[in-house]
Amino acid sequence: MAEFSRGFGARRRESDPALPPGQYLTQDFPVLSAGPTPRIPLDQWAFRIRTEKGLTTTWTWSQLMELPIEDVHTDIHCVTRWSKLGTSWRGVSLDTLFAAVDTDYAFAMAHSYGGYTTNVALADLLGGKAWIAFEFDGEPLDPEHGGPARLLVPHLYFWKSAKWVNGLTLQQHDDPGFWEQNGYNIHGDPWKEERYW
Amino acid sequence: MIVGGWLPARVADVLPSTEHARVLRLDVPDWPGNLPGQHLDIRLTAEDGYQAERSYSIASYGPGTVVELGVDTVPDGEVSPYLTEEVRPGDALEVKGPLGAYFVWDAADPAPVQLVAGGSGIVPLLAMARARAATPDAAPFRLLYSVRSAADAMYRDEVERLAGTGVEVTWAYTRTAPEGWRGTVGRLSAASLTASAWPADRTPVAFVCGPTGFVESAADLLVQAGYDPARVRTERFGGL
Repeated sequence: MAEFSRGFGARRRESDPALPPGQYLTQDFPVLSAGPTPRIPLDQWAFRIRTEKGLTTTWTWSQLMELPIEDVHTDIHCVTRWSKLGTSWRGVSLDTLFAAVDTDYAFAMAHSYGGYTTNVALADLLGGKAWIAFEFDGEPLDPEHGGPARLLVPHLYFWKSAKWVNGLTLQQHDDPGFWEQNGYNIHGDPWKEERYW
Repeated sequence: MIVGGWLPARVADVLPSTEHARVLRLDVPDWPGNLPGQHLDIRLTAEDGYQAERSYSIASYGPGTVVELGVDTVPDGEVSPYLTEEVRPGDALEVKGPLGAYFVWDAADPAPVQLVAGGSGIVPLLAMARARAATPDAAPFRLLYSVRSAADAMYRDEVERLAGTGVEVTWAYTRTAPEGWRGTVGRLSAASLTASAWPADRTPVAFVCGPTGFVESAADLLVQAGYDPARVRTERFGGL
C-alpha cells in the first residue's frame, strides 16, 4: 500500500466495474496521434492483406462497402488512462476479410496512411474481436479519429486500433510496431495493465 | 528503457506559474533520469485507499532525481486541481516513468528544430529548449508559443530568457495581446506560422504540443507549408 497523498480524494470520479485497473471514465473522445492527421480521399483509399506466399488481397472502398457490415458496441481503453464505455461503431469484421486469405503465420503488422504501424497477433484479430471500422456514433469516422477507416481491436489498448489503416502484412514473429518500439508493450491487454516495456 | 513499478515521490517545491497553473518539483530518489520531451504517470492514493492515475509531461531532463512538472488546471478535473491547488511541499505521491521514446529531442540530430506550443503544451517543449540551451553546438531552435494572453503563459520569464541561448522565440496571442504588440491577435494562421517558423527547405523537425484542436491545426499548417509529415511529431491532450 502506497503512502497516501494528503488531502486527495475529495472530488473523485465514479468508479465502474467495466473500467480496467488504472483507467478513468471520460465522456469526450480524446485524440492521440504521433503526427499530423492524413486525409485520404475515398476514391484513393484501399486496404491490403499481404501474406508470406507473396499474395496480396486488395479491397477498394466500394468493395469494402459491399461486404457484410457489423454493428459493434464496445468499451475502449487508451493507455494514457482514459476509457470510454459503450461506444458504437460500424465496420467489417476481420473474419470476413480473412476468409479469402491463406497464411501459416500467426502475427500481423498493421500499416497506416502516414506511416504508423502496430503489431497484432491473428489470435487478437480473428474470432469476432476486430474490425475495419468506418463509422462512429452513427457518423462517418472523423479524420482525427482515424477516418476514413481504422482498425478496431477494442479488447487491447487503443493504440493497437490503428488509425487510417491501409493494410495488414502477415509476419512469422511478433515483430514490434511503432509504439511497441517506442516504449509500449508488445501486446497491450488493459485488464493485465500491459502498458509499457 | 524498461519502465519499472511505481516510484515513491515527495513534493519538494511548489511554484506559482499562472492563475490556473503551477510548477511542481518532485524528489524521486529512484528516478532513472529522462530525455527531453518524455512524460510520466502520477498515482495519488486517498486515505481510504482510493487511487487515481494520470499522465503528465516533464519539464526537466537529464540524469537528476528532481523531476519538474508544469500542471495546468483542467476544469472539472480530478487530479489536476489537487496538484494546482491542494498539494504542498512534503506531500507524498507516486510516479512511473519516464515514458515515451518518440516525442523526444535528440541533441545529436543536426536538423533545425521547430517547437510549436499551445498553452500548457509548452511543458515538454521547454524541456527540449532547456536541453538545447545547455548544448552550445546543437541545432538551432525556434519556438512559437501560442497563449490566450501574456498572463496565461506558463514559464513566461524563462521563455523570454531563452532568446540568446540558441532558441528564437515568437509569441502568438489568441485573445489579448500585451500593450505595444504589433502582431495580430487570434487563432494561429498560415501567415503567422510561416512568418516565424523554419522554412521547409531547411528540412526541420517539428514538435507540436497542446490541446487537440490547436495541434490539429498547427500540424496541418506545417504540412501545408511543406514540412514532411513524418518529421512533424505531435502530442495532444483533451477531447474533440
